Amino acid sequence: MAKVKLTIDGREIEAEQGSTVLEAARQAGIDIPTLCYHPAVGPSGACRVCVVEVERAKTLVASCVYPVAEGLVVKTNSARVRNARKTVVELLISTHPQDCLCCDRNGRCELQALANRLGIRTERFRAQKPQREPDASSVSIYRDQNKCVLCGRCVTMCRDIQGVGAISFAYRGQRTLISPSFEHGVGEVECVNCGQCTKVCPVGAIVEKDETGAVWDALDNPGLTVVVQVAPAVRAALGEEFGMAPGTSVTGKLVRALHMLGFDAVFDTQFSADLTIMEEGHEFLSRLKSGGKLPLLTSCSPGWIKYCETFHPEFLDNISTCKSPQQMMGAVIKSYYAKAKGLKPENIFSVSVMPCTAKKYEARRPEMRASGVQDVDAVLTTRELAKMIRMAGIDFANLEDDDFDSPLGESSGAGTIFGVTGGVMEAALRSVYEIVTKKPLADLEFTQVRGFEGVREAEIAMGSTRVKVAIVHGLGNAGRFLAGLRPGDSPYHFVEVMACPGGCIMGGGQPLSLEQDVAEKRASVLYQEDRNKAVRKSHENIAVRRLYDEFLGKPGSELAHKLLHTTYGERARARVEEARRQAVIGAAGA
Amino acid sequence: MGVLYRAHVLVCGGAGCVSSGCRAVQEALKSELAKQGLDKEIKVVETGCMGSCDLGPVMVVYPEGVFYRKVRPEDARDIVQEHLLKGRPVERLLYHTSQREIIQQMEDIDFFAKQRKVVLRNCGIIDPEDITEYIARDGYEALARVLTEMTPEEVIDVVKKSGLRGRGGAGFPTGLKWEFCAKATGRPKYVVCNADEGDPGAFMDRSVLEGDPHSVIEAMAIAGRAIGSNQGFVYVRAEYPLAIQRLKHAIAQAYDYGLLGKDIFGTGFDFDLEIRVGAGAFVCGEETALLASIEGKRGMPRPRPPFPANEGLWGKPTLINNVETYANIPPIILNGWEWFAGIGTEKSKGTKVFALAGKIANTGLVEVPMGTTLREIVYDIGGGILGGKKFKAAQTGGPSGGCIPAEHLDTPMEYDTLVKLGAMMGSGGLIVMDEGTCMVDIAKFFLQFTQDESCGKCIPCREGTRAMLDILTRITEGRGREGDIELLEHLGTTIKDTALCGLGQTAPNPVLSTIRYFRHEYEAHIREKRCPAGVCAALVHYEILQDKCKRCGLCRRSCPVDAIEETTEAELVAAGVGAAGADMQAAGASQGAISQPASSPKRKPLFINQERCIKCGVCMRECRFQAINRC
Amino acid sequence: MRSLAELEQLKRHAQKELGVRGIGGYCRATFIVHMGTDGIAAGAREVLLAILDELKRLGIHDCRVTQTDVTGFGMKPPVVDVVTPGHRVETYTGVSPEGVRKIVAESLVESRVAAV
Repeated sequence: MAKVKLTIDGREIEAEQGSTVLEAARQAGIDIPTLCYHPAVGPSGACRVCVVEVERAKTLVASCVYPVAEGLVVKTNSARVRNARKTVVELLISTHPQDCLCCDRNGRCELQALANRLGIRTERFRAQKPQREPDASSVSIYRDQNKCVLCGRCVTMCRDIQGVGAISFAYRGQRTLISPSFEHGVGEVECVNCGQCTKVCPVGAIVEKDETGAVWDALDNPGLTVVVQVAPAVRAALGEEFGMAPGTSVTGKLVRALHMLGFDAVFDTQFSADLTIMEEGHEFLSRLKSGGKLPLLTSCSPGWIKYCETFHPEFLDNISTCKSPQQMMGAVIKSYYAKAKGLKPENIFSVSVMPCTAKKYEARRPEMRASGVQDVDAVLTTRELAKMIRMAGIDFANLEDDDFDSPLGESSGAGTIFGVTGGVMEAALRSVYEIVTKKPLADLEFTQVRGFEGVREAEIAMGSTRVKVAIVHGLGNAGRFLAGLRPGDSPYHFVEVMACPGGCIMGGGQPLSLEQDVAEKRASVLYQEDRNKAVRKSHENIAVRRLYDEFLGKPGSELAHKLLHTTYGERARARVEEARRQAVIGAAGA
Repeated sequence: MGVLYRAHVLVCGGAGCVSSGCRAVQEALKSELAKQGLDKEIKVVETGCMGSCDLGPVMVVYPEGVFYRKVRPEDARDIVQEHLLKGRPVERLLYHTSQREIIQQMEDIDFFAKQRKVVLRNCGIIDPEDITEYIARDGYEALARVLTEMTPEEVIDVVKKSGLRGRGGAGFPTGLKWEFCAKATGRPKYVVCNADEGDPGAFMDRSVLEGDPHSVIEAMAIAGRAIGSNQGFVYVRAEYPLAIQRLKHAIAQAYDYGLLGKDIFGTGFDFDLEIRVGAGAFVCGEETALLASIEGKRGMPRPRPPFPANEGLWGKPTLINNVETYANIPPIILNGWEWFAGIGTEKSKGTKVFALAGKIANTGLVEVPMGTTLREIVYDIGGGILGGKKFKAAQTGGPSGGCIPAEHLDTPMEYDTLVKLGAMMGSGGLIVMDEGTCMVDIAKFFLQFTQDESCGKCIPCREGTRAMLDILTRITEGRGREGDIELLEHLGTTIKDTALCGLGQTAPNPVLSTIRYFRHEYEAHIREKRCPAGVCAALVHYEILQDKCKRCGLCRRSCPVDAIEETTEAELVAAGVGAAGADMQAAGASQGAISQPASSPKRKPLFINQERCIKCGVCMRECRFQAINRC
Repeated sequence: MRSLAELEQLKRHAQKELGVRGIGGYCRATFIVHMGTDGIAAGAREVLLAILDELKRLGIHDCRVTQTDVTGFGMKPPVVDVVTPGHRVETYTGVSPEGVRKIVAESLVESRVAAV
């Protein structure tokens, strides 16, 4: 890349051609405040908080989009700039609700921090906006438009990155708002519950639907046995909520904290990840042998499932019938574990801690009642668990490590890497390879399926068969990938799809982060834990084997099917009929 | 073809005349001609806008060139039987000057005589739905010359040397834009016409599309050749159905004649043109928002750079000019850049079309050389202020522009001088205000508009214009505070400095320029709670002048809210109603008694209950004795 | 449209149609028929139609036919004025529809030579 020289605040700086003034400044240690810019969605130039003075430019320019150029002279801290930024933020907060004390983002709000940083102490422009009812229609996401600052991050994420477009800007001027079509609730439109919007919202306008209350109630109810499962990605990020650096593993502290919160048993979703590999591997091999529908598409990510049901129903037969690890665990807890402990399923309150908001929705799907009652009763995101830990006054950072409970706490390294894009594929390959070739793998690490490229592919020789696989993450990438694929005729045998860019470590329920390389750091936690494990292949997980021996029989058995597999169905797109009707009303009105 | 019509009756079919009923007039005319057996020798043609919209429906009868105005369907009989049959122009339909002088010929009327038509050269003269009439007026000859005799570089050179600047508002040199686009490396390239005319009161682009659509089509094809593009889009707002219909028709005809499509003039040059209809968001006139809208996205601007010349439609190099700019191109090619550069001033070449509106005698469209003074436009062409009132200011550039006060009436109308005065050329809206206009109220009107039309993307525009509007509202409602003017100035300059697009960056102009020239009016509102022009309802009140009141009770009966009440002499004195009451007391003191001249002694005095009064002004209109005062 | 020449041809043709509006510039002659009450009574309307017919028969487009309500004192109606370039005015009185052919021929004789 060619370099250009520019001057920022009197310092000569070298920057890459094509980079922005903001990037150049931050690289040089000059921090320009931003609001609508987020590393995950890129710049939009909308909020004007990052304005800087560029010599000879007529007006101030937005540094997040202004390209560097040879000889550019920039001032980021002149009176003109400070005054402009301050006024812009003053204007923004002039109609913002003042209920910071009881806001979900209190103390962690980007707008609060910005107002504080810019030294805003008085309100010169306070005005009232008509208030709107919050949107509680979704089981995953709660939207309070009154708090919305219209930065557009959620729209870019939903429409451009995830390719869903469930929300968009509507109306103009003071009436501008971000809304699903026809101001429906977000739970009534194509939203796939991935929750990526909640991760980029700078304020408390889009948050996950809070279930901590239900979990506290269950913990306080002596008649209930409250068990919890924790997904792999949670341990890779929870520490960030307590001021630890991204990339810190907190598995042991996490288990300790859950015990301290009063859960009767703490299980590991990695156990059911191993179980998933057993079932899904079996399904893949039988499809391969019997000429079933290929490529097999993974089914661990409920956001992806809903996306496929909504936008690409032509691929539903390609999706593995295996439930996700959360739901397998849920079914096993209320059948196998209940039986072992002599408990009735309805007396067990099964909680899962997930990096994901779509899991809240998945748990409530009507198909997910294998035990006769709802298999998973409550789903907490990583962020919600952190709230509970704080509320309980637990000094998380200084906790001693603790171990998961038996028997559903045992897992292999293959289950661990489920949390990162490519992990499910790698875990599956480790087992499928050995089952097909009946030979032990020399090198367990399939580095060709690792990484963060939006779509990756690899070809693996298994004896005489060459298995062609692909890994896709982010629904926008999934949409583009499927568009280039015909259901019956594809070069791929097996495709892993994750709804969230980066996989579960970057899920919609994970701690918020404005850092550039947080995905890599979280992934490193899981890959390190995998390397530290004694057992690194799912089919070698003793506890899983015991589950089959004692309860399920063989992978793909009738009971396994009853408990561990599910079905999918096409979903109607949002209200085409309604759109027509509205158009007619609009035309008649005009 | 082949039939020689001895007379052509050109009926203006501009949207203004359509609204005043020209279609019915046309029908009446045709049926009367048929009745008299003249339909084979006299042709009725619907043209585009002739410009004199307040006189509509208007028509011109050729070959004599007799101009009729305010024609009703019932006038058709006289026009046919008297004029067309017997050669006697119908005097009552002719134009009268303010001196009651009757003028028969269109070209002798000041409004038309003092104009110089380049852009509107064909409007009102040809049938916009007949391509041969455009061809008769040298149409498509410029395209033919460009394709057969000139290189793209030569075309761009001519446009550059002509000095033509963008007529959409900012005044960027057109030739330079074409050159940037020609040099851009992406492929394919696009040519776009911005016909999303949104300034309130401006309708020159609509008139060109309605009256001379081929001039835009031809110019876009020329631009396509110059920059290396084979695809054009015209983005027209849905509120212009007639323009869309005529443009559609014209595009179809151009395809029929091989002037669009494949291998034009046998030169191997292909050019396709499509219409995209906008849904009426003002912001879609901003080029990046317009391009987003063509792509099917919400019309929201994006930051520049990259400029559309490099990354426009679908990320490809895109040339975007407005209608009026394009309409200048064919005559520049045909007559040469020297001809064009000879019109106008040093830095603003050619002509400019203005839409005259407001308190002016002749409203409508006028085209004058750049540099014509505001005085010439207002008085010589516009016929001066209505009702003989005094000129106060003119707002140029619509909601993005500013006002020009009386002391600058001799300002030449050109890009740079207007900017220096805090106004701007904009698209050419010219709203004339007289002494009865409140400048704070006007500023509020424009800000309300931009505030409503803000796309909502950037904070300075969305929230800043709202904050300014809040302040203006409280000033006009008598709740203004010391420091409000300074706050408006602070907000205005910050918004100009920080807003994302042209809409936001210019939105404060009406406020800043009215503060600049009429600060005393703001101060009167804030400090004295007084609206000098008597416009702001909250700051005016009505009172009964007891010395003039005959106590007839007419006001009392006409008041819609029963705010006019009877009282006693004693109460009146005790209350000391308003200034008039105080005066009366003073007068009474000197005379030793309250005089009640000429009123009925049996009736009780009347006064206006200020708390109930809604300030509708009905009482003042009804009073026969000028006994009600507004202050 | 294949060439500039083709466009020129179309333009010339179109301009004939628009001569009435002064488009295309040149006007060979203007025939002004006096349509006062006396004129109409004496058959001026028929004369006007005959002029139109004759021009059409000759395929001549660059002439104007118009009318006036002027009554020529002492002149025998119908009266036709013919104005040719240079504002030369020839006045014909007592014109009959049959006499129109001669008037047209006389008025246009020079121009016709030029046109051939």
